[in-house]
Amino acid sequence: MPTAIMRVFRGDAKGGGFQEYRVPAEEGMVVLDVIHEIQATQAPDLAVRWNCKAGKCGSCSAEVNGKPRLMCMTRMNIFPEGEPITVAPMRTFPLIRDLVTDVSFNFEMAKRVPAFRPRPRDPDGTYRMQQEDIDRPQEFHKCIECFLCQNVCHVIRDHEDNKRHFAGPRLFVRYAALEMHPLDTNDRRELLKEKMGLGFCNITKCCTEVCPEHIKITDNAIIPLKERVVDEYYDPVLWLVRKLTGRK
Amino acid sequence: MSQNVTASAHGGLTLRSDPWWALPLTVVVFLGSFIVYSTWAAFQNAHYYVPPYLSPFYSPCISKSCLHLTFGWGLPEFSLPIIGIVSPAFLILAGPGFFRLTCYYYRKAYYRSFWLAPMACAVRDRSGYSGETRFPLILQNLHRYTWYVAVFFIVVLTWDALLAFRFPDGFGIGVGTIVMWINVILLAAYTFSCHSCRHVCGGVLDVFSKAPARYRLWRFITRLNERHPVYAWLSLFFVGFTDLYIRLVSMGIIRDWRIL
Repeated sequence: MPTAIMRVFRGDAKGGGFQEYRVPAEEGMVVLDVIHEIQATQAPDLAVRWNCKAGKCGSCSAEVNGKPRLMCMTRMNIFPEGEPITVAPMRTFPLIRDLVTDVSFNFEMAKRVPAFRPRPRDPDGTYRMQQEDIDRPQEFHKCIECFLCQNVCHVIRDHEDNKRHFAGPRLFVRYAALEMHPLDTNDRRELLKEKMGLGFCNITKCCTEVCPEHIKITDNAIIPLKERVVDEYYDPVLWLVRKLTGRK
Repeated sequence: MSQNVTASAHGGLTLRSDPWWALPLTVVVFLGSFIVYSTWAAFQNAHYYVPPYLSPFYSPCISKSCLHLTFGWGLPEFSLPIIGIVSPAFLILAGPGFFRLTCYYYRKAYYRSFWLAPMACAVRDRSGYSGETRFPLILQNLHRYTWYVAVFFIVVLTWDALLAFRFPDGFGIGVGTIVMWINVILLAAYTFSCHSCRHVCGGVLDVFSKAPARYRLWRFITRLNERHPVYAWLSLFFVGFTDLYIRLVSMGIIRDWRIL
């Protein structure tokens, strides 16, 4: 049975370092299995957040060999045998202990999203939507809130100050789902431009690369939001049309 | 068994162990090579026309000194100190140049490779980042206007490609004709797969079912848009290749084979 060499971060907000563990790796194992094996046999106090082990709860986000990944969806056989595998906590969020971070920033930002405000009901008291109207928001509803996109986004990953005025890709997906919703009447463009830092995104697409649900975050959420902000604030022709026609 | 390894969780540039630097380096080499070649070709002010082929770098040819006036008239020549007479290429290259410069795909490519913000995912960014919130990068928001200009160039290049059938001895097809048609098709694929085009044509709507024609157009452009980076690179290489082909034929270094 091959032995996996795991370098797992151990420590808390005060400091820490990588600790090396050698674990027998069985066929079919994922990184989370190996972390559990370490917990069970060598480090019972190793802190790790996990839940479903099926890539649907978004709990076990970490950085494996420097890449943001869900540990439960990262198979061990993708790594060269005999080479050390580093497992580190997500860098963007404050460390609680070992592999567990405080992701409350995301929930605080979620509180600031203006709620869904539907148009009045149809005369027969119902709401009707066609499938083509709802396809776009449905893609965004696949989000499992693993926050890997938030973690990899360099705007907040490498610039802590930006957390005050940058919602991040996960929240932009939420904004896009609401902005493109066929029933919603709220206009969030000013908020996106002025308070949520949409202009800080420079389209480097890392959020899309790490999304375990394969949501095309940049192409389908962020860029369309940027274009909607352009409609309102940067397009002189549309501005003139609005002035002349009085249309919003 | 465990042993201590002293290192902070994310010290240094990155914990990534894969060759993350290969892609940005490749972009620097290829994009840089194109910029060098196109600038050199634009300065040449020669060997851009050999009947019936006009280089896309010099189209539309709107300077009086042009070897092949696109619209039948030309603007007067003007010169700059040191440079001398300004090549007609400089009168028009800014159009497609700004389209690519503000393109959502190329932004990713050059922000990573040239701007180093960041070089790759999960690699430490440079300091002092303000995104596209300040001048000059806030001008990226005008990308849709550069798209309108790019559409005009597609019309002009299509006209050039049609003229590429008109040889001095009548209708014909040469290798150059095919090269020019592939060039215009790739440039059109790149132009019409643009994110701004996708938005203007239908993405702006919230209720697609009330605008079925725009919805169908949006779906078509969305399918093209999925391959936008591929078209961006192919069209970039091919527009350079088209200029090179016409240049070499014009200089007599290679011969243009007549197929028909």
